[in-house]
Amino acid sequence: MDLSYSPEDIAFRDEVRAFLDAKLSPEMSGKVRNGQELGKAAHDEWHTILNEQGWLAPNWPSEYGGCEWNAVQKHIFEMECAQANAPRIIPFGLTMLAPVLQKFGSDAQKAYYLPRILSGEDWWCQGYSEPGAGSDLASLKTKAVRDGDHYVVNGQKTWTTLGQYANWIFCLVRTDPDVKQQEGISFLLIDMDTPGIEVRPIILLDGTPEVNEIWFTDVRVPVENLVGEENKGWTYAKYLLTHERTNTAGVGYSQAGLSALKRMARAEVSNGRPLIENPHFAARLAQVEIELMAMATTNLRIVSMAAVGQAPGVEASMLKVKGTIIRQEINDLARRAAGPYAMPFASESVEGDNAPIGPDYAGPVAAQYFNNRKLSIFAGSNEIQRGIIAKVKLGAMG
Amino acid sequence: MNFELTEERQMLQDTLRRFLADRYDTKTRNEILESDAGLSADIWGQMAELGIIGAMFTEDQGGFGGTGFDLAVVFEELGRAGVVEPFLDTAILGGGLIAALGTDAQKALLDDVIGGTHHLAFAHGEPTSRYDLSQVQTTATANGDQIVLNGRKAVVINAEAAGTLIVSARESGGVGDEAGISLFLVSADADGLDLMGYPMLSGGRAAEVMLNDVSVPVSARLGAAGKAYPAIAERAAAASVALAAEALGAMETATRLTGEYLMTRKQFGRPIGTFQALQHRFSDLLIELEQVRSAVINAAGHLEREAQVRDLNIAAARNLIGRAGRLVAEDAIQMHGGIAMTQEYELAHIAKRIIMTDHRFGDTDYHLERFIALSAA
Repeated sequence: MDLSYSPEDIAFRDEVRAFLDAKLSPEMSGKVRNGQELGKAAHDEWHTILNEQGWLAPNWPSEYGGCEWNAVQKHIFEMECAQANAPRIIPFGLTMLAPVLQKFGSDAQKAYYLPRILSGEDWWCQGYSEPGAGSDLASLKTKAVRDGDHYVVNGQKTWTTLGQYANWIFCLVRTDPDVKQQEGISFLLIDMDTPGIEVRPIILLDGTPEVNEIWFTDVRVPVENLVGEENKGWTYAKYLLTHERTNTAGVGYSQAGLSALKRMARAEVSNGRPLIENPHFAARLAQVEIELMAMATTNLRIVSMAAVGQAPGVEASMLKVKGTIIRQEINDLARRAAGPYAMPFASESVEGDNAPIGPDYAGPVAAQYFNNRKLSIFAGSNEIQRGIIAKVKLGAMG
Repeated sequence: MNFELTEERQMLQDTLRRFLADRYDTKTRNEILESDAGLSADIWGQMAELGIIGAMFTEDQGGFGGTGFDLAVVFEELGRAGVVEPFLDTAILGGGLIAALGTDAQKALLDDVIGGTHHLAFAHGEPTSRYDLSQVQTTATANGDQIVLNGRKAVVINAEAAGTLIVSARESGGVGDEAGISLFLVSADADGLDLMGYPMLSGGRAAEVMLNDVSVPVSARLGAAGKAYPAIAERAAAASVALAAEALGAMETATRLTGEYLMTRKQFGRPIGTFQALQHRFSDLLIELEQVRSAVINAAGHLEREAQVRDLNIAAARNLIGRAGRLVAEDAIQMHGGIAMTQEYELAHIAKRIIMTDHRFGDTDYHLERFIALSAA
């Protein structure tokens, strides 16, 4: 048992830190720290910086331009980026679609799409959920009917994150309605410029247009845009979801959030003293930090397993449940720390060029608290995760 | 022992509930939320006509209610419908302070307040005062027969709509002293008064209020010089009763919406309300709701008692409701899933109302500390 990083790991960490020091601008990290919307241009900028460094695709094999890091290095990179308030890497192309293409795509698909993901030429979004198919994803109804060299797609996808920026969408569609649900689904790549596609923004409860509805009306998709075999899409989707569920703990985000929270609690005054010295607040802060310390080690234990080739199973579900509880608790404490100044609806459109209404850290905290309710809902709700844990563990005992 | 509403209050509740069900649906409310004013003058006028503002004043003050239970009945209904109009600010805080401390001449303003034609705002909190009612740095300095006000007031709800602001300022003593705080009636068009307005996350509008050499006559002082604190504390207690009742009403709506959703939303071929994991969570919400209802009754029933007993019961209610409110708001969203994350769905607004009550007149932790201190007293 050794809790410390090896000298090689520490050297790698220092290299990452030096890179972030040099390349991550204070404007960009400041926006991330304050929970401000980045927009497409800033995301593209960071994407390009990482690509030029060759650090954009830690999970890809080197033949496709990945960086061949081991599990510990990937972990260090993710943690350092989160703690430095680097923009999150938009995952849809890089960490969701790419592994599916690499495993199941045709040579032509790999040769065409993978470089465009790295270059940032394509912004992908995910067409999975539908109004009637959320936790029960396999009940999806968007259908694709073969017509000569095309599939004709009709239906509706929803909760499509940042779909307004995307020029491509990967979709699960029903190609056979007459078999068991899971056996009639295919995985299609669709150009968002194809006639018949309509993107409608959904405004979330914090006022942000983060997700969208995507409507398909007689959308003609070339058959070569089918990934793998027809009606095998569920297998690919499950493969994708296992990739989506790595780094589900969000330890780096929680650590960055906790640092920001402590800064707030030192600046806020309660009963004439810094809020961080208030016994009740300090106790709550300590409790969440204690949870996070244990979670960080749980996360490392799973990273170590992955480093020797053991794929995480239910552990990914466990990390997601506990990790999101911790992140949401930090959001709740930040909201409380802001006091009455949590009430204003702060946004660039409201404040314009004026100074923030209250302390600059107070503006976004309540909106973030509400926005991050999504953490326990998306990517397999915490109820679905608990179901998976019970099914696997109890199943092994029965 | 009798937990029934009086006939009058039952009528008030029925009238208000019917009116809001008819006139304050999700579409109307969303239009109000999007509007520049952040409130509906039309709805305000109609509710004044129904006597809703009058219900928050005693007969002596020109109303027909004014007790803790009157406030609770009204605010439970306002909370149930997710109403964003500033009844708390114009009636309970502004109107209540004038009624408690005003001269006959000053109280003449209440006719227009109760009639729905004059808005008020209580400009008390300051940028670093958090929830501490005695932290007043704004100064009031005598200058002949005038008094000059200087300072900044933070998150003053309804400041832009108000014809008159009730501004607290210090005439003597240190920043945290209860003694030395006075209240002044300041007309919205006074020279040196500047507002920086903004919308709030859960609806309605507030403003930062800057007072730069605002000069008012001595006759604008509300009550005796330096002695306003007890009345401020009493109105803060009344505001807490209202906020507690509002949270109760909103939690009832959140729970109703969740129950309806659980029984209509189907996944895996059946209503999700047939899954035991969700059934148990839903049951917990109902159990909490009963606790909250009782906490509101305790708070409302002690509003007219001496300060220590009053504030102990109010601190207990606000702490309990802060905890239960968070549970209900978060679990209602969670059990709905994505749909509750959308701005246009009713629950999103209701959840925000529940959570944001925790940021007025003390949050859950503040009231825990208050309770501990008052229990020891």
